[in-house]
Amino acid sequence: MDIAINDAERARTMPLEDFDVSDVSLYQREALHPYFERLRKEAPVHYCKASLYGPYWSITKFHDIVAIDTNHKQFSSDHTNGSFVLDDTTLNAVEGGISMPNFLGMDQPVHDVHRMAVSPIVAPANLLRFENLIRSRTKDLFDSLPIGETFNWVDQVSIPLTTMMLATLLDFPFADRAKLTRWSDVVTTRPGYGLVDTWEQRTAELMECLGYFQNLWDERQKLPPKADLISMLAHSPAMQGMTPTDFLGMLVLLIVGGNDTTRSSMSGSAMAAHLFPDEFAKAKADPSLLASIVPEVIRWQTPISHMRRTAIEDVEFRGQQIKKGDKVVMWYLSGNRDEEVIDRPQDFIVDRPRARHHLSFGFGIHRCLGNRLAELQIKVLWEEMLKRYSRIEVVGEPLRVPSNLIHGYVEMQVRLHA
Amino acid sequence: MPKIIYITSTGTEHAVDADSGSSAMQTAVQHRIPGIDGDCGGVAACGTCHVWVDQNWLDKIGPARPGIEQEMLALTDGATPFSRLACQIELDDSHDGLVLRMPTDQH
Repeated sequence: MDIAINDAERARTMPLEDFDVSDVSLYQREALHPYFERLRKEAPVHYCKASLYGPYWSITKFHDIVAIDTNHKQFSSDHTNGSFVLDDTTLNAVEGGISMPNFLGMDQPVHDVHRMAVSPIVAPANLLRFENLIRSRTKDLFDSLPIGETFNWVDQVSIPLTTMMLATLLDFPFADRAKLTRWSDVVTTRPGYGLVDTWEQRTAELMECLGYFQNLWDERQKLPPKADLISMLAHSPAMQGMTPTDFLGMLVLLIVGGNDTTRSSMSGSAMAAHLFPDEFAKAKADPSLLASIVPEVIRWQTPISHMRRTAIEDVEFRGQQIKKGDKVVMWYLSGNRDEEVIDRPQDFIVDRPRARHHLSFGFGIHRCLGNRLAELQIKVLWEEMLKRYSRIEVVGEPLRVPSNLIHGYVEMQVRLHA
Repeated sequence: MPKIIYITSTGTEHAVDADSGSSAMQTAVQHRIPGIDGDCGGVAACGTCHVWVDQNWLDKIGPARPGIEQEMLALTDGATPFSRLACQIELDDSHDGLVLRMPTDQH
């Protein structure tokens, strides 16, 4: 493809000081990797002087990302210091954005209190309870898919499966569950990327989300406690003082964390099967490989491209002077392709040794809360795919999410082969 | 070569010889002992090598250390004062006979 050749050439020749890996157009055409490769080699801790989001540091090597991710004392996630995503408008009241604080954007000790209020939802006992449900939904869905005809995998597989799961976690009215998908998408966008036209529209939709959930909260508070996230919040002593702003912040975290991420890994599963048919065949012949396939596809896709921290003091890191207040972006998408840590990192390898050693869930106190549930969903998806199909073929160029945060697909036409 | 005894949540014992200088997490992963994941590779950053140490052994090796190990254990299901992250237990001959109990699942 011309675009790919141009990007490879540009990434090789462009002066490092002109690199801006937050440029959304790079993600739309999946052209990031040559830029990240050069940064890892020549400027692993790189300062971008100007971008749509202001100046920021890029951390691109695996071990450097782990070092920042676990250094909670110098690199803050707290919304009062900045944000945990590069774009301040996503969760803070700047430009047209609104404030939606949540525990991913909190430092200790408040972080722990909020996280513990919802973490029982993914405790082992609940996961066991969910497995049968996930299995039957996945089977029913695959039974309804056509063989040999072209259809959009994102709309027909990734979105329905993850939205049903999220509706179950929240005990959300099932008939209205498409709203969850919509709100999830609206949180991580800005006007002009095809989803909302104005900041006012985005705010209005998020307020509709808040109103809807306030009714659910009121309902659940009057009922005995149940094992769904809204009931857990409504009955949690620590959460009684939540303001509407806090509640919306918590909701958007649960909705995006529980939806967009696994959706992208499910879409990435089809793409991996398409691009690596020999690996798919190997997996089909030996389902015991699922233990490595599941983490491998989550690494290979890397559904969250980055997380950001804000330096709360001056720090010298790998010879670079990071100043108090600077934005520091950990590019998981790059770290998961770091050839010094991961052998043949661009390839999807179903029997990769130590496949669990990847960055997609982050590390440290903010490590993904739902990682085991996500793995369970992906495991069941692959088990059912491998039972049914000899090959999954992606037809034409997919449409990717215009985002430097959500690394996924809007549309992916596929054809299934029996 | 200290002998380390890993006990699964269902009571199965796995006794293995560890190399001095390696951690209790690395040893478990090398010997493919079910119940220890060690996703982060040994820097106490994922909490997937949670083990419980008996009182007599805890007196010898000490409780979870302040900083990242304690921070991660504070968020770990079923953590108690007897909890450690196996990656933070560096083994030598003085650990011969160390008993580590593992949870049903690492989260």
